[in-house]
Amino acid sequence: MLSRYVGLAVAVVVAASFATLAYAQDAERKGIAAPPGHVFKTIISGYEFRSKETRALQDDDLENPGFLAVERAADVWKKVEGTEGKSCMSCHGQAETSMKGVGAAMPKWDDKLKKPVNLEQRINICRTEKMKAEPWAFKSQALTDMTTFVRFQSRGMPVAVKTDGPMSPWFERGKQTYYTRYGQLDLACASCHERNNGKFMRADFLSQGQTNGFPTYRLRDQRVVPLHERFEGCMFDVRAEPFKPLSDEFLALELYVAWRGIGLPVETPAVRN
Amino acid sequence: MRRSLAAAFALCLSAAGACAQEPAKTPITLDIANDSLPKSLTGAPGSAAAGKKVFLTRTLGNCLACHQVTSLKSEEFHGEFGPSLDGVAGRYTEAQLRLIVADPKRIFTDTVMPAFFKNEGLSRVRPEFVGKSILTAAQVEDVIAFLKTLN
Repeated sequence: MLSRYVGLAVAVVVAASFATLAYAQDAERKGIAAPPGHVFKTIISGYEFRSKETRALQDDDLENPGFLAVERAADVWKKVEGTEGKSCMSCHGQAETSMKGVGAAMPKWDDKLKKPVNLEQRINICRTEKMKAEPWAFKSQALTDMTTFVRFQSRGMPVAVKTDGPMSPWFERGKQTYYTRYGQLDLACASCHERNNGKFMRADFLSQGQTNGFPTYRLRDQRVVPLHERFEGCMFDVRAEPFKPLSDEFLALELYVAWRGIGLPVETPAVRN
Repeated sequence: MRRSLAAAFALCLSAAGACAQEPAKTPITLDIANDSLPKSLTGAPGSAAAGKKVFLTRTLGNCLACHQVTSLKSEEFHGEFGPSLDGVAGRYTEAQLRLIVADPKRIFTDTVMPAFFKNEGLSRVRPEFVGKSILTAAQVEDVIAFLKTLN
């Protein structure tokens, strides 16, 4: 009896999902015009590929679970840590003003390190060099929260990475990774996100693979997920040995994929499947 | 709705070790003639019923992730990546279907479809899959037998 009820419930959920998906499929996906020489004509945020319910969750700051991360980090921003007796606030003041636009321009060239660094790395550089505090581990809640909080200060601002000058070989490297087929399933990022975006793939619509919502709250993980974890997941799922988070390979890929979404408004914390 | 694109691609997450594969390390060679594989990979015909199961199983063929089949309408979530397989038995010979499943890039050079019977020449394959094909020879033959029922 119980299993029959469960079966019925599943059937109802499946039917509802189909209805939602049909709706999403028919809906016009709004995007922005890409600059000349770009791979896409229209650059479209992953938001446009999601269901009405998922988009509603993102649209309401009080309902969006990603805001728990923002709130946690807002407290940590003021907290003194490390032997220098400093907090983020000691140097940067109010994040709302000092961090505005910072996250939209990452990854960014670092003159001292002679390489691009992303937001996670920048935060840890601050911690180790200025605060003399321990760096946060990648995927730790603390690092993902702070990354989300800083990027949130750029919400609504256009993604604006620089790809010229010393960044240019990194851009090319990221591009090469994007178009390389990996794993037993022999798929490149481009196989799905360039050639087949907008199509239905099993239970989901393939997006352009844009990064403007990261770190993003993922419904299936029930937490905010940083970009390199998502890269890892994609590679793992095509049965490939993923590159390491914060590796040069993923840094280059982060830069290149950010360029593919140039001009899209930052949505952090976005809500995705 | 939680079932994501990643899940669709995750053919072999929980059952990674349980997936039957070809014996590791021996490179698979395909006996290609006229853009097709005339000979059964096992020397025997496959089973359409077993093939349907392989076709539907996400950790094996997972064919519906990308293709649609009207006769399988009761199954949820048919993908749009690849063409409908309705009437595929009339469009290709058995020998052609065998090569398309085994290594489709030999015919459609630009396709995104994975090779289901290939175990080398791939990049950064996860250690547990190195030297292994997605399907065994017998599973490929079963899928071919099932595809032949799609008239």
